[in-house]
Amino acid sequence: MSDVSAQIEAASPGAVVAEFEHVGELTVEVQKERIVEACRALRDGPSQYVLLSDVTCADFPHEPGRFRLAYQLTSLATGARVRLRAWAGALDPEIESVTSVWPGANWMEREVYDQFGVRFSGHPDLCRILNPLDWEGHPLRRDYPIGGEEVQFSDAV
Amino acid sequence: MALIPPPGAPIRRSPRTDDHIDWDLRDPLTAEVSKGLLTTTVEKAIAWTQTSAIWPATFGLACCSIEMMHTLSPRLDMGRFGAEYFRGTPRQSDLMIVAGRLTQKMAPVVRHIYDQMLEPKWVISMGACASTGGVFNNYAVVQGVDKILPVDVYVPGCPPRPEGLMEGIDVLRKKIGVNGQVTSTELIAQRRAERAEWDKQHAAELEALREMSAGHDVLQAGDAPEVEPVVAEAQAEALAAAEARAADDDAEAPRA
Repeated sequence: MSDVSAQIEAASPGAVVAEFEHVGELTVEVQKERIVEACRALRDGPSQYVLLSDVTCADFPHEPGRFRLAYQLTSLATGARVRLRAWAGALDPEIESVTSVWPGANWMEREVYDQFGVRFSGHPDLCRILNPLDWEGHPLRRDYPIGGEEVQFSDAV
Repeated sequence: MALIPPPGAPIRRSPRTDDHIDWDLRDPLTAEVSKGLLTTTVEKAIAWTQTSAIWPATFGLACCSIEMMHTLSPRLDMGRFGAEYFRGTPRQSDLMIVAGRLTQKMAPVVRHIYDQMLEPKWVISMGACASTGGVFNNYAVVQGVDKILPVDVYVPGCPPRPEGLMEGIDVLRKKIGVNGQVTSTELIAQRRAERAEWDKQHAAELEALREMSAGHDVLQAGDAPEVEPVVAEAQAEALAAAEARAADDDAEAPRA
């Protein structure tokens, strides 16, 4: 149990589900209902993770949670980085927005919504940011067709 | 949803819109007859003026625009052809060089800007992405700008060298009909015929050259010279020389 997990547990008991460490990078998996409390605890805690570097998502169609969000946090005082991980759910994926903690999460969450369809409750302006506004579908999901044209003569040897 | 057809669908490109672009590729009889008429001279003059001052509209979308800027730089001066005057507004430009990837989001914008250009207008599709979608065969990139615009010249490359774009502009100028010159395809065929003619005339000299290089271009298995002993000898020599030098240095070292 690293001190990051300890800080989260102190602020919101039972939030931390698991913890992973790989090549010097720490990843803490939290429950999606407690994400805002966990983020606030880390931002205001001793390490002061004041910078939200990115909010990203990955689609795992065979997992029960399906959309695995990753919040990359950076501490400007210590230079430490940590990743918070939360599963958003397969049917009607939704998670609370962290724009109340870091305003910079606004466009990052819009991008996740645009490409994956994960809704962020409490987001001030949740709409598409990359694709045209009348686009149908969420392109980075695994079941979205790759698109493009069939390349001619690719079967020729 | 998008301008990308499903896999397996027939690939359709938009047809040419302006007949007068291919005016010097008419059937030979019409071309011959029209050569004797005064109107042909006027057409040629107009074509010459059009080719001498093609004003492109700035339409660099992605990386190819850097190479387009290089074509403007003094080394390969596009200004030689009157084309350095890139207009900011499409209403005053003749040429649209689509340089770079065209995304689905940008496609209606490009079409709108193309529609704002006045006749006569031409389009050069610069680079692989503008011609066919390039390496980006996905949901976001239009697979070729000719899905929405009629293209006159395709310049392949990723990115094409500035000389490539220069040749594309040259091909376009020939297509428009500068000085009544033949088009690029006919020119290539002409040069090929000339080269074959030269080869036939200088057959004797070519034969002599081939004689000289006979046996040298393909090294047979038994012909390879013995390389290892020579190399080993040279290495031993070098080693001995280095050791000798080191011994001399050691002898001279206790000086200070």
